[in-house]
Order: sequence, then structure tokens, then C-alpha cells
Amino acid sequence: MKISVVTFPGSNCDEDAVHVARNILEVDTVSVWHEELELPPETDLVIIPGGFSYGDALRAGAIARFSPIMEAVRSYAEAGGLVIGICNGFQILVEAGLLPGAMLPNASQKFICKNVLLDVETTESPFTCELDKDSPIGMPIAHHEGRYYIDAEGLATLKSNQQIAFRYRDENPNGSLESIAGILNSTKNVLGMMPHPERASEVLLGSIDGLGIFKSVKHTVEVNS
Amino acid sequence: MQARMIVTLRQGVLDPAGEAVKGSLAQLGFNSVEAVRLGKVIDLELSETNEADARAKLEEMGNKLLANTVIEDFQIELL
Repeated sequence: MKISVVTFPGSNCDEDAVHVARNILEVDTVSVWHEELELPPETDLVIIPGGFSYGDALRAGAIARFSPIMEAVRSYAEAGGLVIGICNGFQILVEAGLLPGAMLPNASQKFICKNVLLDVETTESPFTCELDKDSPIGMPIAHHEGRYYIDAEGLATLKSNQQIAFRYRDENPNGSLESIAGILNSTKNVLGMMPHPERASEVLLGSIDGLGIFKSVKHTVEVNS
Repeated sequence: MQARMIVTLRQGVLDPAGEAVKGSLAQLGFNSVEAVRLGKVIDLELSETNEADARAKLEEMGNKLLANTVIEDFQIELL
């Protein structure tokens, strides 16, 4: 199995993602600079990490979505390749149109950095198949633009197609529509989420709940290979 | 040619920054303010000399990058 982690100018969670993939999940992991035109051959998962790509100029993710590597990511995703966008990575994927909807500044207008509990809304995806709908998972959020928005028609589609992956369990920290914390594309091979599973994958850091998402992907890839 | 693009949040999309400004105006006694929506102004200098060409280009820029049409509308002004 091989994981590719894309780094944009301003990414700052890329090294954490590489560390978890390589040292905790124990998977061959490659860092990919955003100016590359191709993903490494035989990539099984692309991680678009968190951070502040291009300083969030214009809108979070708006500039990074046009980075050269994103054409390769688009082709890869459209061919069924697995992609996770975390935090700024989620923002980049919605700006790129690889996930529906859009991201707005938090309702509180504050940057929020705290631990949250998430309800797992579906286990019918390569990213959540090892999780349990009855066991909420805890991990940190750290963002200013996490208020997920989609129009009524889009929301109805997300629901009927079971594309809502995670919801904030207790209070809704950012005002996102229906407490949505993470969504899947219609074919379930692209996941975007505001919370940071890569910051909750080691006992030392207080939670290993995030690891379940990466383990789900590993399991999916191993079963299919 | 000088152009200006005004990007605003679509109607129905909550604008908490606008709400905060409205609250502050009310505090200052401007009680007639019924709604405040904040937006962005983007000034551009274009090499085009033909207005129709410039408008077409700006329209494309708005749709592709300068606005996110899921949540924002944009207006074009040629100055």
C-alpha cells in the first residue's frame, strides 16, 4: 500500500499526516509537492492535509485548488482513487468541486481550536468501515472557516445518498449546516472533514480515535488488493 | 481598463460579520439599519480595450476563481 500526502505552500499538517501514515499505520508514504504534475505510481490514498495554503487568500482553498497537482488528484479521484481532505484539505476539495457545497467562516467569527466528539453517520465507506455508529470518536478541530454550507437540494441528496460521514455530537462549534463535520462524494471515494484524525492517532496525544479512519482505508485497500 | 468586482454572500447565507456590524451600528444609535451584509471589492487593471471583451473575461474570472458561486454572487463594474 502507498499513501501520498500533498504539500502546498502554507500546509502545516502535512508532516503530521506523513508521520501517522508512515510510522503509526506503517504504510509506504510519499510527500508530494504541489507543483508535481503526477501522483506517485500505485498511490492507494491521497491525503490533502490541513494548514493555510496560500495564506487563505481570497477564500480558504481557493488558490490551492488550481495547483498543478490538483489536476492529477482530480483524475485520480474520478477514476475511483481514495482521497481524504482534512481541514484546509476539505476546503480545497470543496473549492475544487470534488466535494459538493462550500465552506464559510465560523458563525462565531472566531478561530476554534478544541477537542470535539463526532457521531459516525455511516460505516458504508472506505474511510469509516472499521468505525462503529454507536461509538462517537474524539479528535481536535482547529479552523476559522468550517461552517459547511450546501443548498436545500444538495442537502437532500447528501442525506438520501448517505454522504454525511460525521456530525459534531454535542454543540455545533462552527455553525455548519446540520452539524456536518465531514462528507463523502457521491461515489464514496472522497472524504472531506474539518476535524483532524492525524492529531488523534497516538495515545501520547490523548486519543487514537482518528486512527480508525486510516485503518479503515488500509483495510479497504488490503481487501481489494 | 480599470474594473471592479463586488463579491457578496448570496441571500439566505448567514453573514455573522454583517450581523456584528449591524449590532455595533445599533449601539451607536443608528437604529434605522435593518440589515448589513459585508462583501469584498476586488479592483483589477486589465489590458483589454474593448468593454465587451473585458466583461466576458471578468465574468469568467468571477465564476472560476474570484467568487465561489455556491455561496457568493458577484457584480462587475467597468470604471
